[in-house]
Amino acid sequence: MSAEQSAGQTALLEFRKVNTHYGAVHILKDVDLAIYPGELVCLLGGNASGKTTTLKTLLGMVIPTSGEVVFDGEVVNHQPTSYRVANGVTMVPENRRLFKRLSVKENLVLGAYLRKDKDDIEADLEYVYELFPRVKERLNQKSGTLSGGEQQMVAIGRALMSRPKVLLMDEPSMGLAPALVQQNFELIQQINDEGMAIFMVEQNANMALSIADRGWVLQTGMVVLNDTAEALLANPEMRAAYLGEA
Amino acid sequence: MSASATPAWFQLDWRRVGRWGGLCALGIVLVSLIGMPVGLDRRIIIEGRLSLGYLALIWMPLLFGYLVPKRIVLEGVENPDPGIRDVLAGLCAGVLAGLGPLLLILGIDNFNLRKPLVNWSPQLLELLTFGRGIGYGVAVWFAICAVLGLVGSSMHVLPANVRRVVSFIAYGLLFISVLEAAIDDLSEGFGLESLTDAMYARRGGLTVKFSIILAVVIGVLSIVTKGRVKGAANHYKGLQGAERKRASMLLFSGVTALCIVLPMFLGMIMNELLANVGLFLLLALGLNIVVGLAGILDLGYVAFFAVGGYTTAVLTSAESPFFTPELHFGFALIVVVAMAGLTGLVIGAPVIRMRGDYLAIVTLGFGEIIRLLFMSDWLKPYFGGAQGITNVPHVDLGFAVVKGTDPRSVFYMVLVLCVLAVYVSWRLQGSRLGRAWMAIREDEQVAEAMGINTVNAKLMAFVVGAMMAAVSGAVLAAKVGSVFPNSFMILVSIIILVVVIVGGMGNIAGVLVGSFVLIGVLGGPRQPGLLQEFQSYKLLIYGALLVFMMLKRPEGLVPSARRSQELHQEEFLQDAWLKGEDHDIEEAAEAAAAVGGSEGTGDQA
Ligand SMILES: Nc1ncnc2c1ncn2[C@@H]1O[C@H](COP(=O)(O)OP(=O)(O)OP(=O)(O)O)[C@@H](O)[C@H]1O
Ligand SMILES: [Mg+2]
Repeated sequence: MSAEQSAGQTALLEFRKVNTHYGAVHILKDVDLAIYPGELVCLLGGNASGKTTTLKTLLGMVIPTSGEVVFDGEVVNHQPTSYRVANGVTMVPENRRLFKRLSVKENLVLGAYLRKDKDDIEADLEYVYELFPRVKERLNQKSGTLSGGEQQMVAIGRALMSRPKVLLMDEPSMGLAPALVQQNFELIQQINDEGMAIFMVEQNANMALSIADRGWVLQTGMVVLNDTAEALLANPEMRAAYLGEA
Repeated sequence: MSASATPAWFQLDWRRVGRWGGLCALGIVLVSLIGMPVGLDRRIIIEGRLSLGYLALIWMPLLFGYLVPKRIVLEGVENPDPGIRDVLAGLCAGVLAGLGPLLLILGIDNFNLRKPLVNWSPQLLELLTFGRGIGYGVAVWFAICAVLGLVGSSMHVLPANVRRVVSFIAYGLLFISVLEAAIDDLSEGFGLESLTDAMYARRGGLTVKFSIILAVVIGVLSIVTKGRVKGAANHYKGLQGAERKRASMLLFSGVTALCIVLPMFLGMIMNELLANVGLFLLLALGLNIVVGLAGILDLGYVAFFAVGGYTTAVLTSAESPFFTPELHFGFALIVVVAMAGLTGLVIGAPVIRMRGDYLAIVTLGFGEIIRLLFMSDWLKPYFGGAQGITNVPHVDLGFAVVKGTDPRSVFYMVLVLCVLAVYVSWRLQGSRLGRAWMAIREDEQVAEAMGINTVNAKLMAFVVGAMMAAVSGAVLAAKVGSVFPNSFMILVSIIILVVVIVGGMGNIAGVLVGSFVLIGVLGGPRQPGLLQEFQSYKLLIYGALLVFMMLKRPEGLVPSARRSQELHQEEFLQDAWLKGEDHDIEEAAEAAAAVGGSEGTGDQA
């Protein structure tokens, strides 16, 4: 699948031999990545392996020390976050991180901060309400007082409001009750089915791979595995390290 | 506490009684040693009965008596009805509070500590014993404290209606006697001197006869108006669309008309006071944008006030050392705004990337540096050093002249500028930039991830705030007729910050109320307020108020409903956690949600 895609299409997002440092500490090491239109890709890896750093580098909140970050064929290494958001990437941050003292509505509208098309923003709000009827009921509630599950909906809704081509999600199932985790993955799949590419960081490898098209595995900042989801699920090495079979 | 020997009505929470009673005794000693009772004794509240000095002492047993039995009503837990136990608790706390005066009276009588404690004085003893001897003083103070503790705590037991009447009368009398100067002034303007002559005694304070009449009137009014005000407010809130707009316009024109008409009947002193309130309101509105909306804790805000004042002085005064042409104020104002924006950028650019506490410290430094620069000998050829710049001319508007000797004219000019600033603040708050500021205040990193250019947005907040402060500084220069470095002490920054915090950060109405209450009643850093007697305790009160607000009402005096709900929810949880012995945290959370009312977090699983 990935082979034929890379032949036919340009990647939406791409890392070419990206290295990043925090101070002197080397985090990402020669990372190559690519996400194609319509794909659901997951990034797996243990704690501190550099997953969040990968997302931040994509968004321009961390600048690579070498290598290229490429959007749609264009090198964006030196473009600020606002440029990248305007060109179709958004993140649902780890732990959701809503603007707590602002209302649900204000949070959603802030997601569309860079957009000028007022009418379309209204339409997209309606889309979010349709996706999450619960959110619509609580538009004027302060987002910090929402339950964890509701906050997750608002966080996703806020990200969708920028009309991204690729949605970056950092551990979307963290801190959700087991029942909600399942629901959450179904939701992600639904958004993906509607055509949006999703790049998802997850600790919950089994679940993530069950809905993903492809997966990448990071270990101490290096890509150690990169394959289709089925292949990864079947991979004995993978099973031992991440899928809970010792 | 289940000793079966004690009757139920006597099973008090002794720890609580002890804590509050002790605190109250301590408070009385502290306030006395600060010198308030003696210093404020000359200001009469009710002729022959009560001076502000005594009031500074007796509010404590009353308040603490009220606090002793107070508790959070929890849902799902048995809440005993307030009853005789609670009143008793107040009484006991009051008796305990009587130890304060006892300690002072016996102490001052037997030891001489005047060296370390200036106010350990015979005058204090005289005041505490009512000039009638030790025994009499001690006995009376115990009686006073006990009775006030009792009165305070019985507030919980009284039916709501009675409570309302009592508190209305107390607040009303206090209000009218505190506002004596303003009312006197106003009645003169309206030619109603005979009324105020009857109201107030010659040496100040309400006459006894009039206090009684007033109490009756207020009592009747409080019964008649019951629910009306709230009803009107709710009616207003319930209005939609065009009707709401019409009501808002009506309200706005009413307030504006009042602001225009009232000063015509006010004398010099009151107009001066209003002008000062306006100047500080302008400052506070600017700081509200910086701190309240964008969440940048700028402690050097006074720098922009100074820049405004000095720019005006340099451009318009004939005495300014290096720029002699006298420009017109209006032209100077344009330069002032530009200069302020520029200074905002110059100071803002290096500090704006810093995180909260570092930024606060660095801006504090900048604020002081600017003042020292204006004072320095190095820049003396430009800004006149410590002597400052004098002879800043009046503002000639063609149809009127604004000058410091005519505070009414200053007030009108400030009023126009304040209305403008309120409008700008209000529009900004609802704008895209305003939303960006709030997002940054809440979570800067995520704001950046949303595509907000956080550095630019924060700089904008800095610049807008600077401009408002500078305009205020310009008016100050024209009003006073001169500028000195010492008018721009750090203290100005701090006081404005207190105004913003006390009013409610990020809340325009709150800033309005905060300015009126604090600057109007207590006074600004150098400007007297209505309670001129408090001059020497002003800073103390500002500090105490700040601590109290941070601990108890972080949402400010005029909270937006949503904000207050959230903040108190946290507090409830904390309380519950601290008192883990009493009840379950989850129950407290539910109770908090219930208190939150309609916006409650109903189905939090
Ligand atoms: N701002 C920073 N400054 C310095 N070191 C950092 C910074 N952010 C992350 N790191 C370090 O970089 C490494 C990778 O962090 P990263 O957040 O990318 O891990 P992660 O894979 O997302 O881990 P987790 O699954 O626990 O979220 C960690 O060792 C972390 O301590
Ligand atoms: Mg992470």
